[in-house]
Amino acid sequence: MVGELEFERPAKELRDKIAELKSFMDEKGIDLSDEVERLEERLAKVEKEVYGKMTPWDRVQVARHPERPTTLDYISMLFTDFLELHGDRLYGDDEAIVGGIAKFHGKPVTVIGHQRGKDTKENLRRNFGMPHPEGYRKALRLMKQAEKFNRPVVCLLDTKGAYPGMSAEERGQSEAIARNLVEMAGLTVPLVCIIIGEGASGGALAIGVGNHVHMLENSWYSVISPEGAAALLWKDSGQAKRAADTMKITAPDLNEMGIIDKMIPEVEGGAHRDVKKQAEYIEEALQKSLDELSEMSEEELVAHRYEKYKKIGQYTFENDSIGVK
Amino acid sequence: MLKDLFAKKRKYATIPSDRMKQEVPEGLMTKCPECKSIMTTKELNKAHKVCVSCDHHFRMTAQERIQLIIDQGTFREINQDMKTENPLDFPDYLDRIDKDRAKTGMNEAVMTGHGEVEGNPIVFAVMDAHFRMGSMGSVVGEKITRAIEAATEERKPFIIFTASGGARMQEGILSLMQMAKTSVALRRHHEAGLLFISVMTHPTTGGVSASFASVGDYNFAEPKALIGFAGRRIIEQTIRQELPEDFQTAEFLLKHGQLDAVVHRKKMKATLANVLDIHKGGEE
Ligand SMILES: [Zn+2]
Repeated sequence: MVGELEFERPAKELRDKIAELKSFMDEKGIDLSDEVERLEERLAKVEKEVYGKMTPWDRVQVARHPERPTTLDYISMLFTDFLELHGDRLYGDDEAIVGGIAKFHGKPVTVIGHQRGKDTKENLRRNFGMPHPEGYRKALRLMKQAEKFNRPVVCLLDTKGAYPGMSAEERGQSEAIARNLVEMAGLTVPLVCIIIGEGASGGALAIGVGNHVHMLENSWYSVISPEGAAALLWKDSGQAKRAADTMKITAPDLNEMGIIDKMIPEVEGGAHRDVKKQAEYIEEALQKSLDELSEMSEEELVAHRYEKYKKIGQYTFENDSIGVK
Repeated sequence: MLKDLFAKKRKYATIPSDRMKQEVPEGLMTKCPECKSIMTTKELNKAHKVCVSCDHHFRMTAQERIQLIIDQGTFREINQDMKTENPLDFPDYLDRIDKDRAKTGMNEAVMTGHGEVEGNPIVFAVMDAHFRMGSMGSVVGEKITRAIEAATEERKPFIIFTASGGARMQEGILSLMQMAKTSVALRRHHEAGLLFISVMTHPTTGGVSASFASVGDYNFAEPKALIGFAGRRIIEQTIRQELPEDFQTAEFLLKHGQLDAVVHRKKMKATLANVLDIHKGGEE
C-alpha cells in the first residue's frame, strides 16, 4: 500500500513479508499457507497494537496522508445529484473551497468543504486547500442560499489554514472569516460540520460554527498547526510533535473536552485504507445529526448554536476585585 | 450615589497611575520612536500619547483609553474578578498571567464595563496589548461576550477597542472557540437591531482581527495601526517577496475597503459621539 507512515513500520514489515511469501508460493508452487496464516494472525495483532495506541503525532501524520480522502471524495460517496456551484459573485472562484447542492438520502442539502489536492498539480490549483477571502465568501453565499430555500448545510473541514498571502490580506481575509462566523451564528437551517483531515485555526472555523461538530478519529483541530505552535511557544518548529502532545488537538482529546459532539470512528489505520467504509461511518453520523436537527425550529437552531458556543471556555471567579489601588 | 462610589473606587480613571509612568521609561522626557523627537512626558500625556511633532500614536493602556473616551465618573467595570485557568497545564502560564496582572492592574487583557460617551450610554470593551500581547483566551472571550450580552439586554450600543496579537496559544482550542463565542453573542446584538462599533488600535491581528474586530457596523482604526490576519513574516515566507512598507496599516486597509475611516486619537471621542448621536434617531 502507498505511503505507509513511520509508526506503522512493524505492520508494514509484516505485510511485506506476507506479500513476499504469497508471490513465492505462486511462483514456485510450494505450499506455505501455514506460514502465511501464522503471519497474518501476527499482523492482525500488530495492527491492533500499532493502531490501538496512536499518539497525537501519529494521528497528525494520518490526517496528512497523501491518500487521505478529501471533501470531493466524500461528496461523491455521501450524496447524490451533486452540482458544484462556483464563485463568490464579488471577485472570483476559489478552488480551495468547493460547494454545491446535492441530495442526502433523497433530501436536498447544501454541501461545502475545503478542498486540497492529492498531487502537486492539483494542489497548485487548489492552493493546498488554503482559501482566500473569495473562498469564504463563496461558502457564505451558498449558506445564505441554503437558508433561503430551507435546506441543511453540511461543511467538511480540511485545511492547513486560511492562506497567508498579500492578496488575501488586501481583499480582507480577516473580514471574510469574521463575517462567516457571525453569519453562521444566525443561520436558520441545520448546520453540521465535520472535520475530515486538518482543521487549523480561523481558516477552519470560518466554515465550522455548526449546530453539531464532528471529527474523524484521526483528524486534528487546533488554534494553530503543531508546527506553528512549536515555533511560537518554543521558537522551534521542529518541536511539532511535542506541540501535538501538549495542545490537545486530536478527536479523542477534543471529544473528552466537550468541544466536539462526536468522534466518528475511522477505519483501522486511517480513512485512506478503506474510503468506502469510512464514508459509511460518516453517513451514519450525518444522518443522526440531520434527523435530530430537523426537529428544531429556526429559532431553536439559532439558540442551540448560541448555547453551544456560549459554554466553551475555562475560567473562575474570585471574590475580591484585584489590582486597583 | 452609586456612581460616585464607583468613580472613587477607580481612581486610575482620573489620576495618572504608577503604570502610566512605567509606560514612559525615560521619566520626564520621551523620545518618539517614529520621528526621534524628544518631548516632555507631561506634554505627551496631555496630547493623549500622540507625538506632538509627527502624530505617531503611542500605545495606550486600557485605563488611559477609558480616561480618554468615557465621560468622567460614568465608568462602571464588570467582570473584573474573572480569573484565568491553565487548561493545557502549560508550565509558567499562570505565573506570567500573575505578572501581567500586577503590571497592568487588570485581571486579563481586556477591561469591560458600562459608561457614557458625551452622555450616550454604552457598554464597551477595551483590550490592552500590554497584557500578554492582548491575546484572547477564555477570560478575554468570556468578558467580551458578557459585555455584548449586557449591551443586548440593556439595548445599548457596544463599542470595542481592539489591541491583540490574536488567539492565546496556551489555551489551545478554547482560544479558537472564543472567536465563535463572541460571534454568537454579536449575532444576538445584531438581531436586536443594536449598534456595534469596532475601533482597531495597534496591533489587531490573527483571531481577533478575524472575528469581532472586523464586523462592526462601523469599523474605525487609529492611524498607522497594524491590522491584519497573518503575520508579515509568514506572508513574506509564503509568497517569497517583500511587502510594501504600508502593508497591513490602517491606511492600507482603508485603501482596500476594509475600514469606514481612520480616526486620529484626538478626534476619536467626538467621532464616536457623532455616530452614537445619529443612532439616537435625531429627535433633538
Ligand atoms: Zn514623532
